[in-house]
Amino acid sequence: MILEYFMLLLLILMIGLAVFAVETRDLLAAVLAAGFISLVASIVYLYLQAPDVAMTEAAIGAGLTTLIFIIAVRKTERYEK
Amino acid sequence: MRKWVAIVFLAFLGFFMVKIVATFPFGEENWGVAKHYVDRGIEENRGSNLVTSIVVNYRGFDTLGEVTVLFLAATALAFLLSTCRCQKKYNRIEGSLILKTAADTLFPLLILFGAYIFIHGHLTPGGGFQGGTVIASAVMLMLLSRLSFHPNHRALSVTEGLAGMAFVLIGLAGLIWGGSFLANNILPLGQWNRLFSAGVIPLIYIAVGLKVGSELSGLITDMIATTKEEK
Repeated sequence: MILEYFMLLLLILMIGLAVFAVETRDLLAAVLAAGFISLVASIVYLYLQAPDVAMTEAAIGAGLTTLIFIIAVRKTERYEK
Repeated sequence: MRKWVAIVFLAFLGFFMVKIVATFPFGEENWGVAKHYVDRGIEENRGSNLVTSIVVNYRGFDTLGEVTVLFLAATALAFLLSTCRCQKKYNRIEGSLILKTAADTLFPLLILFGAYIFIHGHLTPGGGFQGGTVIASAVMLMLLSRLSFHPNHRALSVTEGLAGMAFVLIGLAGLIWGGSFLANNILPLGQWNRLFSAGVIPLIYIAVGLKVGSELSGLITDMIATTKEEK
């Protein structure tokens, strides 16, 4: 039961981070928030007994995608106009 | 005005989504071929990770397509990066002592862990794609921390090509000796839950792991290291 409430908390956190990622003007913060969403999603997948998907989400969503976006931000501009 | 158009469009989309989802029976058995996979998958493939059996054997052709899509995307990106003249001034800097030491310690461990994931793809969660990504993230860590680290691009593309070819050749061997493309009856299936089991599934996943790992490593190297360092 406690675990279920914890998962609910994580899901709400994901929605909050998604809204933050869209609304913020700092693109680096938006990218990091998106990466954090992936990390939380992988925990939720693990709870839902899908370890394969959790690994993919953690490695690709939180690792590689975040890095590629950070490179893109570095090569362009950090703040949205 | 545009806002209202968007809202009306979204309302339409939502309406039809709800309509479609309402037709799904919830809480009832609605299985087609999936029931066969779950009931007989382990018996037919002797891999203790059923997800791998489905991805590599039953849906092996889809996985081949997936690998091809990844290959095309990486090729297109490399092409775009090589023709782009819009590179801004951007200096890579050497990582700090903490980052360098951590990267040096983690690099062999990450490579080993990635290899472990795809070699044990038929036994434990994960497989070629996950293992390959872990290897690519190890390369990424080294690229971020050291300016002198340059993966051998030629070796990466040769590995990638050979691994992709191995996948297709295993499939063709199944077509010749097993009766269908990617058939899993050309090698002894072995015993359940052993490293040497599940026929060709581990071989295919090792090929996929090497391919994805070298491909993503090459891609990241292209992205990080293409910009010439300013003197």
